Amino acid sequence: MNHKELELKSIEYRKTILDIIYKGGAGHTAGSLSCIDILNVLYNNVLNINPNNFKSNDRNRYVQSKGHTVEALYTVLCDNNFFTREELNTLNQFNSHFIGHPTRKVPGVEHNTGALGHGLSVAVGMAIGFKLDNKPYKVYTLLGDGELSEGSIWESLLSASKYKLDNLVIIIDRNGLQITGKTEEVNPIEPLLDKFISFGLCVNQVNGNSVSELDEIFKKIPFENNQPNLIIANTIKGKGISFIENQVVWHHKLPSEEEYNRAIQELNKQLENFK
Amino acid sequence: MIQKANLEVFAETLLNLAKKDKEIVVVTSDSRGSGKLTQFGKELPDQIIEVGIAEQNLVGICAGLSAVGKKVFGVSPSSFLTARSLEQIKNDIAYSNHPVTLVGISAGVSYGQLGSTHHSIHDLAVLRTINNISIVVPSDNFETRESIKEAVNYTSPLFIRFGKKPMLKIHNESDEFKIGKGVKIREGKDILFVTTGETAQRALLASEILYKKNISCSIINMHTIKPFDNDLFLDCLSNVKVLITAEEHSENGGLGEKCSSIISQSRIKIPFKIIGFPDEYMVNGSQSDVLDYYNMSPEKLAKIAEDLLG
Repeated sequence: MNHKELELKSIEYRKTILDIIYKGGAGHTAGSLSCIDILNVLYNNVLNINPNNFKSNDRNRYVQSKGHTVEALYTVLCDNNFFTREELNTLNQFNSHFIGHPTRKVPGVEHNTGALGHGLSVAVGMAIGFKLDNKPYKVYTLLGDGELSEGSIWESLLSASKYKLDNLVIIIDRNGLQITGKTEEVNPIEPLLDKFISFGLCVNQVNGNSVSELDEIFKKIPFENNQPNLIIANTIKGKGISFIENQVVWHHKLPSEEEYNRAIQELNKQLENFK
Repeated sequence: MIQKANLEVFAETLLNLAKKDKEIVVVTSDSRGSGKLTQFGKELPDQIIEVGIAEQNLVGICAGLSAVGKKVFGVSPSSFLTARSLEQIKNDIAYSNHPVTLVGISAGVSYGQLGSTHHSIHDLAVLRTINNISIVVPSDNFETRESIKEAVNYTSPLFIRFGKKPMLKIHNESDEFKIGKGVKIREGKDILFVTTGETAQRALLASEILYKKNISCSIINMHTIKPFDNDLFLDCLSNVKVLITAEEHSENGGLGEKCSSIISQSRIKIPFKIIGFPDEYMVNGSQSDVLDYYNMSPEKLAKIAEDLLG
């Protein structure tokens, strides 16, 4: 897809996220909005994972370590025909597979996540597996910035570096907020760039809400041979809806009817302006 | 007859299997030496992944390797593997349904004087509460070999734990072994011992003491704690007068309480004693000394059985 098409998708995806959270009665609204552009570019231009090749071992992998923003994942998987919108509309209903964290019961989901600090180790294992077999596939994983306080993340980075996993692409959704407040106030993680470089990773920073910047940076992988790739995607939590952007309270807040209508109006206006 | 340590048999078996099957990958957490896998590392360097002292990462990497088609054995001291990494076992292996085999080495009180940080007397209890993981505690060299062979193509998550001391021979090579099927290793009419892992040999020796007193014992070795062989247990229970369970594990949540649960939900009434480690600050000593102290010497097992029989 070209960048214009991707931008259009992002607006539509944001509408879907709002819609399924509103109708499902719960969801991680702001985090899903911060990472949706990343998932958009990955699933539409980078991963080449689709319902036809999903059961094959010989393909790229995507592990969403920040499992709580599952509404973003469900939205792109739905648009990529892993399941229907009717199925997705069962989100949070009794006995639906569409629950508040990724599960492999949902077609297209690679790994069950939700507890933080798990996905990177799993992605490292996948990347080592591909290296052992000399297969050309890559493993992409999305981490939250609050998640970086988990010690297991840093264990995994050591292994990624040791095994020279240039087929591993770690994306940090650096939106600067977590459930309690600003990451730098809850438990400071800066200087992040220096930390990752010191762990042997090759690091690039982009505007993680710019589909064109994301698309361009993914084309440059591997950044260096024999080094794991890491992208700090600087994003805005709640991106795209004025009254949700950068508001801590929207981490897991359900929009009221009035808020929902206002959000959809804003997005519809973006669509009109875009066209 | 004294045989090798189950640990050695595990390592030999896995090396032989891995030589023939390149999809087998072992993951260690600086546990290559304690897992007797040094030779494996020398002969098959491309089939061993070393993550350093990072058990959480070990389990996650095992899940990832499995997800891309590898037959994975994660090998780490049982204490750290099942406590430090419990959430990874729960989420990344069991819940995500990756058919990894996790091997808990130096299990129970194998570490002896190294103390409670290194003991794993919680592992059966915590893993019993987790959906979608089978638990195997082989008693002798035969059960260890057969469980590792079956593990290679086992289609769901599996945990196997054993110790590192030489073991008595319990089985003949022609015996049958299947994960989930307990084994009756002695047939008698007075006492039923239900054992798992290293307590099987102790019950066997106790049965010999009792035999001299004209007391006959059945012994079931429940090498598989989950799924539990209810049928065999209930079948054997109907033919004896008293029941004793013995496990190298806390009294809480292990073999004994599993048996207790089955009995209390049936109409059976039988004198019954659970022998394991009590909920207390543990005595210090070698594995053998600790087991003896907590009523698992053959003599004490025999005495308890005799008293229970009345």
